[in-house]
Order: sequence, then C-alpha cells, then structure tokens
Amino acid sequence: MATDNPKKRPVQQSGNPHTGINLKGTFISVMLLGVFILVTWFGLYALFLSR
Amino acid sequence: MHLHKYEKIWLTFGLGSLALFLVIIGFAAFWKGTHPMSHIETIDPQNVEAHDSFKPENLGLREVAEGKYTVNIVASAFNYDFGTDADGKPVKKIRVPKGSTVLFQITTKDVVHGFQVAGTNVNMMVEPGHVSRLETVMKNVGEFTVVCNEYCGIGHHQMFATVEVYE
Amino acid sequence: MMLKNVLFPKKDARLYMSFMHVTFASLLIGGLMGLLQTLSRSGEFQLPFGINYYTILTVHGVILGLVLTTFFIVGFQFALMGKTVGMSDKQRKWAWVAFWTMLVGTITAAITILVGQANVLYTFYAPLRAHAAFYIGLALVIVGSWIAVFVNFRQLYVWKKAHPGQKSPLLAFMVVINMAMWFIASLGVATSVLIQFIPWSLGYAATINVLLSRTLFWYFGHPLVYFWLLPAYMAWYAIIPKIIGGKLFSDSLARLSFILLLMFSIPVGFHHQLTEPGIDPTWKFIQVVLTFMVVIPTLMTAFSIFATFETTGRRKGHKGLFGWFKHLPWKDVRFLAPFIGMVAFIPGGAGGIVNASHQMNTLIHNTIWVTGHFHLTVATTVILTYFGIAYWLVPHLTGRRLTPRLNKLGIIQTIIWTVGMTIMSTSMHIQGLLGGPRRSNFSNYAGGAQVDTWISYQIAQAVGGTILFIGIILMIYIFIQLAFFAPRGVQEFPIAEEEVDAEPTPKILENWYLWIGITVALILFAYTIPVIDILKHSPPGSLPFDWPIGR
Repeated sequence: MATDNPKKRPVQQSGNPHTGINLKGTFISVMLLGVFILVTWFGLYALFLSR
Repeated sequence: MHLHKYEKIWLTFGLGSLALFLVIIGFAAFWKGTHPMSHIETIDPQNVEAHDSFKPENLGLREVAEGKYTVNIVASAFNYDFGTDADGKPVKKIRVPKGSTVLFQITTKDVVHGFQVAGTNVNMMVEPGHVSRLETVMKNVGEFTVVCNEYCGIGHHQMFATVEVYE
Repeated sequence: MMLKNVLFPKKDARLYMSFMHVTFASLLIGGLMGLLQTLSRSGEFQLPFGINYYTILTVHGVILGLVLTTFFIVGFQFALMGKTVGMSDKQRKWAWVAFWTMLVGTITAAITILVGQANVLYTFYAPLRAHAAFYIGLALVIVGSWIAVFVNFRQLYVWKKAHPGQKSPLLAFMVVINMAMWFIASLGVATSVLIQFIPWSLGYAATINVLLSRTLFWYFGHPLVYFWLLPAYMAWYAIIPKIIGGKLFSDSLARLSFILLLMFSIPVGFHHQLTEPGIDPTWKFIQVVLTFMVVIPTLMTAFSIFATFETTGRRKGHKGLFGWFKHLPWKDVRFLAPFIGMVAFIPGGAGGIVNASHQMNTLIHNTIWVTGHFHLTVATTVILTYFGIAYWLVPHLTGRRLTPRLNKLGIIQTIIWTVGMTIMSTSMHIQGLLGGPRRSNFSNYAGGAQVDTWISYQIAQAVGGTILFIGIILMIYIFIQLAFFAPRGVQEFPIAEEEVDAEPTPKILENWYLWIGITVALILFAYTIPVIDILKHSPPGSLPFDWPIGR
C-alpha cells in the first residue's frame, strides 16, 4: 500500500467513488428498513405493556 | 475513510433508534423496576423445604393482603408442586381476580426448568440452587396455561398447570 | 485475484470438497430430523419405532447448528484462503488433521446421541448428564476447528511476510477476523466442557455449578451465531458484487464492519440469560447495551449492499429510483439465493433487537418465537447464502459447471425454501407471541382454547417443514450433480475487485493487536465482575441426573 499511495493521493479528493454517485434508491431502501425496525419494536413493546 | 452523505444520515438514524430503545427499556428497568427477573438468592436444591416459602404447607396460592397474592411452587421433573387442596389432591389450577398483584416464587429440586404463564409476562428460568421470583399485576381475564418452557427431560411437555384470572 | 478462473490443484480441491461432503450429508440428516419434529409436534403423527422426540431434537440441533455450519465454514474459508493467499503443503497437511479431528468428534457425538445417551440438546442443560462420549466428541469438533484457525492465521502470516507493506486481501482479512472471534469465543465452551462437564460426567467431580456452565456456554453461544453469519457477510461484501457485475462498494467499510463484529459479538452472552436468576440485572443491562452495538455493523452492511446494487445498476445505465433493482440478475441462482437470505435478515434482525431488549425478553423467552427467529437468521439468511456459494464453489472444486438446467433447479429450490420457511417461521413467531413453548414434544397440556390455538399453528409448521424437506431433497440432488455428474468445465470463483480509483484503506484497520486488544478488554469488562459474583454466590453444586433423559 505504501508504494501505491504516492500515485493515488492526488485523485483521492476528486476521484472518490462515493461522493459523485446517486444513491437515492439506496437511501429510501434503508430508511424503509429502519421504519420496519421501529414499527416492529414499538408494536411488541406495546404488547409487552398490555400484558 | 469516507462515508457517503446518505450513509451518515442512515447511521445517525439507526444509532438514534437503538439509543431510543435503550433509553425506554433502561428507564423502565432502573426507574420503574421492571428489570427481568433476577434474584441473587440461593437455596440448597437438595433441601428446598428448609426455605420457609417452599415448606409443603406453604406451597400454592395464598392471599397475603387485599388483592395481593403469593404463589409458591416447587418444580421437579416433571411436575409443578402447587401444594394440595382440601381433599389432599394436588392443585393444578389457581384462580385470582383480575387486577390482583401476584408474586410467583419458584425453585427446583432437581434439574433446570422453565416457568411461564403463557400469555402474560411471567416467564422465568428455574435453576437448581436459585430462587426465581416475579411480581406482576394480572391485567387480563382468561385461562392461562402454565408451561415448563425449558427442556428438563423426556417428560418436559407433560409439565403444566393453569392460572385462571376472573372478573 | 487473477486466479479466479484457474482451478485449484487437485490436492487442494479434494480437501475443500471433503468439508462440503460432510456439510451436505449433515443437511440431509439434520433436515430429516426437522421434518420428523414438525410432523410429530402437529399431533397428527407419531414417531415410529419408539424413537424419542428429544433424541431427534438433539440430532437436529447438533448436526445443523454445529456440524453443518462448522464444516461448511471451515471448508469455505480454506478455499477463500487458498484462492487469495495460498496454501502450503504443510498447511494442507494440518488442514487434513483439522478435518479428521472434527469428523471423529462428530461421529462420536452422533453415535452417543443416536443410542439415546445424550438427550440433552445442543445447549447441554446441566445437571442433566449425557454420556461422557457426547462431551468428548463435541470437544474434538472444537479442537479440530482450532487447528483450522491456526492454519488460517499462518496462511495470512506467510503471505504478509512475502508481501511487505501490502494490505491483506479482503477475504483473507475477513476469514482471519471470523476465526479470531471463533477462537476467543470457543474458549468459553471448551473451558466448560473440559473443566466442568467431562470430569463430572465421568464421576470424578460429584457436582456441577449449573449457572457457571450456562454462562460459559452463552459466552460462546452468541458469537457462535456470528461465526455462522460472517461467512455470509463475506459473500455479500466481496462475492455478490462480482456476480452482479459490479465492484466492491468500499474495502475500508467492509473491514470496519468486520472489526466491529469481532469486538461486539462476544461480550453479549447475557442476553440469552435475561430471565435467569442469579445474575445481577445491571450487568444484564450492560450486555444488552453491548448487544445493541453489534447491530451497527449490520446497519452498515445493509447500506453497503443496497449501494452496491444501485451503483452497479446505474453504471449499467438503468435509470430511475429503482431501475437498478429491477435489473438485478434475478435468474442467476448465485445471486437469487443469497438475496432471499438478505431479505430474511430484515425481519430476522428486527426480531433479534426485540429479543435482546432486556425486560421485553419475557415476552418471547423460550417460546417458539425464538425458533422462528433463528430459522429466519440461520436457516434462511445464512443457509441460503451458503447454498448460493455452493452453486459455484462445488463445481469450481470438481472442475464442472453450473449448467442452465442446474441453475434453474437452484431457483426452484430457492423458491421452495422461501415458501416453506415463510409458512413455518411466521407460524412459529405468532405461536410464540401467544406463549407456545419451544423445545417441546406435542402436548395438550391442560387443554383449553389457548392450547388449541397453539396446535393449529403447529400444524402450519408441519406443512412448512414438509415443503422445506422437499427443498432439502432438491438441494442434495443439485449438490450430487455438481459434485459428480455436471459437465466438465471451469466455473468462475467470483471475487469482486476494488474500483480503480478507490480510496486507500487506512492502515490502522489491519492493526490486529489493537482490535484483538479491544475485544479482550470488552470481554473482561462485561464478564469479570458478574463471573466473580456467580462464583462467590454459588449455591451448593448440582448432582448429575440421568433418569430424566431416559438413561
């Protein structure tokens, strides 16, 4: 890796693969997943309290 | 290391949700006292009768105050001993009115058992040498099956009783 | 990585395939036991020849939970190491020693169970006492796996020596993380088996400390499930991107999530003991918090997977918010089977958070909800990913090809599995919330409406279990085809590459002393005081009990 660094460093900022790409679909997908976790947890917590 | 903007939002949201869950259960446990059953009280599994609660005459349901009950049980493979009724027959069903506060106390003479009043939050491990204890308010009316829910041997599924909560 | 289309030397391939043969033999035996369990518990059938329900339950748990998984994982990881960092003759010899030690242990334990001398399930249940051969057999399986651990460590070490300054190949790094976790975790169960169970079962020790044995078991029992899961994550991070025609999303994030999994998988065993007396509730809560920490790398993994899919799809020109999703290679079983596994991990993971939520555990502890939970996580997420790996790994090892016909059968297999598991796992979850117990033979208990409802769900489980068994038969057929009969050829060993302009991976991610040091520190933090408490407040020890398990 040490040998790779000098030639990679210059492109690190501009060529970063994660800044430019469109990940809107990913974002919506993971947030839906998060909502699923919240709904499951609170649903079962309510069941726990009702017993 | 670089995180995408959306990944930062996602992880913040995820961590926030986990923290929220922990705050809720932590508050309930430490301030409202709803910890899961934990009693660091030990007992000699070969001589459980030495403990007052588990003397044969003290087993079963007892009303200790208005609306407050205690149930003492000794578990063994493959039976729950709730004491005997007026005719000397083993008790297999206990009845309490809705809204009563019931303290379940149980220990085992032999192997590990479970004690669950299915459909309520009464769910305990019963381990040799330890006393398991849980107090609960019986909020809902119905017939609840008491099951041994921890494997105790080949007759495990024949270990049961009933708790009836009436209006 | 350039070696992906070059087959392994025969002597290497034979080693890796030996593990696969045991894996799929275990699948057949363990799956048959599962079928018999669901049929028996439906109340409609009785087990023939006086076979005890708890004998088949023990076989099912041990064969699928310990044998199938461990053999697949060790074999798959050897193949990954062989591909990425190579294997010397000496390492291969020791790998065979690992294989035979594990196999002898497995056979010893299996015979003991089958003759009815070990109806104690795979979680042991002291003071129920099995025949000593059961514990000795399981100890051998673990010792064998340790030999594999040290061979894997050695493989990466030798490679690092030969490639100074280079970062280790991602998959080799992941294998070493998983093996480090496995080794640290299995010290617990090994201690319990060697110091407590074996002397006690042989009569050298009169009594056993039950709570200590359970604590040592669960110190191992939770990382055990991560030991199953991490190879699936390896495939999701580093193999699936190649199969869908993409690149690694992020080498650094993949490594970081594996490091977090190493650190937080172990100090969490108390979340299996939340309803046990004799453990301080504050320490239970501390381990609950640590358990929640282990969710974080999985949240990262979820993002990473979706992002890999989306990046790949957009690069191929698929437009719109979800165009990339529509164009995933749905007809490639190497993708479809692991994908279903990922989907199953959504309810599986959400359910897991509930299980670990301290007092909420009483809602589901020891109910069949838990069985439903791990049939999603292990028996769907993990196993479908393993199947997804086997579809290319087995033919790669045998010098054959996954033909379009076998691919199609694989897709049918995946669909059968999905349908069967949806029926079985959903009914288990619901029955569990209604209080139905796990690990129990059919029983009417005291009768009544509650029990009748449970039984109706048990019938649904038998339907699901039957469908799953059909899936197992089909999988065995596909395995035999890939191992012995498929046309000769070269099946690709898919390993995803980094983007050409990928960010360099920070060196600190390979600081083994640091990560293992933190792991050990967390374990000491989470366990020292409660274990001292357990020892100090021990009740009189428990005498062994043989008769309750029919010995």
